[in-house]
Amino acid sequence: MPKNVFPDFIELIKTKGKLFGPVKQKSKYSFEEISDVQDLDFDYQRTVLGVKKFLTPPRYKTLSFDKEGTKDIIDEPETNIVIGVHPCDIHAIKILDRLFLGNIIDPYYASKRENLTIIGHSCLPDDKCLCQSTGTDMVEDGFDLFLTELEEYYLVWVGSDKGLALTIAAGDLLSEDISDESIREYVRWQQKRSSMFKAVMPSFKYMADIITLNYDSEIWEQFGEKCLSCGTCSLVCPTCNCFNVDDKILMNAEEGFRERMLDSCTLPYYSMVAGDHDFRPDRTTRLKLYYTHKLKEYIGRWGQPGCVGCGRCVTYCPVDINVITVSEALFGEVCDTKEVCE
Amino acid sequence: MIDGKKSKIENTYKSHPVEILGIKDLTSDTRYFKVRFMDEEMKKQFVYKPGQFVIFSIPGLGEATFSISSPPTRRDFIEFGIRRVGSFTEAYFKLKEGDTFEMRGPYGNGFDMESLQGRDLIIIAGGLGAVPLRSALLYAEDRREDFNQVFFLNGARSPEDMLFREDFKAMAARGILDTRLSVDEDPTGEWPYEVGFVTALIPKLAEKINPENTTALICGPPIMYKFVIQELLKINVPKDQILMTLERRMKCGQGHCGHCAIGGRYTCLDGPIFTYYDVQHIKELI
Repeated sequence: MPKNVFPDFIELIKTKGKLFGPVKQKSKYSFEEISDVQDLDFDYQRTVLGVKKFLTPPRYKTLSFDKEGTKDIIDEPETNIVIGVHPCDIHAIKILDRLFLGNIIDPYYASKRENLTIIGHSCLPDDKCLCQSTGTDMVEDGFDLFLTELEEYYLVWVGSDKGLALTIAAGDLLSEDISDESIREYVRWQQKRSSMFKAVMPSFKYMADIITLNYDSEIWEQFGEKCLSCGTCSLVCPTCNCFNVDDKILMNAEEGFRERMLDSCTLPYYSMVAGDHDFRPDRTTRLKLYYTHKLKEYIGRWGQPGCVGCGRCVTYCPVDINVITVSEALFGEVCDTKEVCE
Repeated sequence: MIDGKKSKIENTYKSHPVEILGIKDLTSDTRYFKVRFMDEEMKKQFVYKPGQFVIFSIPGLGEATFSISSPPTRRDFIEFGIRRVGSFTEAYFKLKEGDTFEMRGPYGNGFDMESLQGRDLIIIAGGLGAVPLRSALLYAEDRREDFNQVFFLNGARSPEDMLFREDFKAMAARGILDTRLSVDEDPTGEWPYEVGFVTALIPKLAEKINPENTTALICGPPIMYKFVIQELLKINVPKDQILMTLERRMKCGQGHCGHCAIGGRYTCLDGPIFTYYDVQHIKELI
């Protein structure tokens, strides 16, 4: 797709559903509804919230009730299209899909997912992007369309029937004739991008073992001491999906609703049961759950970490507890004390 | 989904109304509820194993998990034992016979009683642990011929604290199961059974059981597990035959909300029954 027809492409997409894309808001980016193609800004590394904003919103209603009874609140079919999604965030959606659309399908997630069309967009890393280390810098599926931005063209990958339908609708805006020069340019671009990653962590693939070896390490206490239990890491993590459920009654005391809200295992009372027994009363054990679940247990269960290397925790943790600092500290611990490195 | 297929998905979060058939006090803070689904289809559909649990719903207060206390061998009703510990359970203490509420489930793996045929069973309950284990106990009584020896060791703080006290006394009198009831302290001095910790009853079984053919089913307060497991290992019960039922905070019951994770396992899907062998290396277990 030649770049000069991109605005036409956006206009076409907008006729198919409600369009969202990356928009600059002060120093941060966010997926917002797009009315004007000028609002789109693809020169970004990460939005504050990933695509989970659409799939497991921070707070949403699942049930309403009144004196007559209860009623499920499941989204009606509609089309939301989000454009500009980076490979790491597409991998994150695949991880959420696996959880919510696995053996037991979550109807609330399923309806939101069914309503969402995903148009990916290529990106260049900054010093916080570690997707190369997590193996999520490239993406082959999980999107409907994927746009790679070259000098004068977009290379458009079709990832689903929904995506194919969009390309058919786009008609002449897209061309199937790809010149050899475009292919060479694409390869050169990929090589350039691959060489730009600064946050390369060779230790990452051993993290499951390293965490097991370091389960009783003092490092956890040190991080626990620093942790503010604010839950920001979970809020911004594109694969953190834990939710709490709460019922609210309106002021008329006759009707109300049940809602889900994002929760975080780093928050106090996350593991408290009836009778006030708390299985994880301190910050250290909660932080340990966060990192063992994300970096060790996901590998055990699914063969890959629950981290997609988006760098959000690196950007937003106010006290620098993130996948890089934790992994490096644990890896260092193994190297220093157990002499297993090299 | 991703191919744009629209499909009707069954809502596994949907609760179904039940009617309360009976209520009685078990102790000063724990009450027994006997319920039945209102919907004929649910009555037929609702099949469960001992050790499984359900989620009760009260619009306005939320949802909470409760273990099923009745055995699947008795199909006309479902029983629960509920301790008053917070606003949710408090609401249940205001309900009367004939009232209705909603629940969904069953969830969890439960005890696979059929796989235990021909084995010696040691069923060990502490405190509230008697609620879920009562399901396995009554199953073992109803299907006594399925098992070899069946021992029931039950511990409570004091005689007044023992749940299902009269039921268990009757069970001891029936003698279908080798029932041993123990209280930590007996201020009245009138307790006709054992006095002391329930763990003290385990060594006495050493001569009676064939360890290789023995399975232990345990449920009790977190503190109990460590000591019970130690004693069971001493009498050579295999690690993979120590079945423990664990409690964790849950919001969904189906592996979505994350709260019940222990290591990489979800208590709601992979548990609440775990073998000691499977979880012996999971540090934050108990």
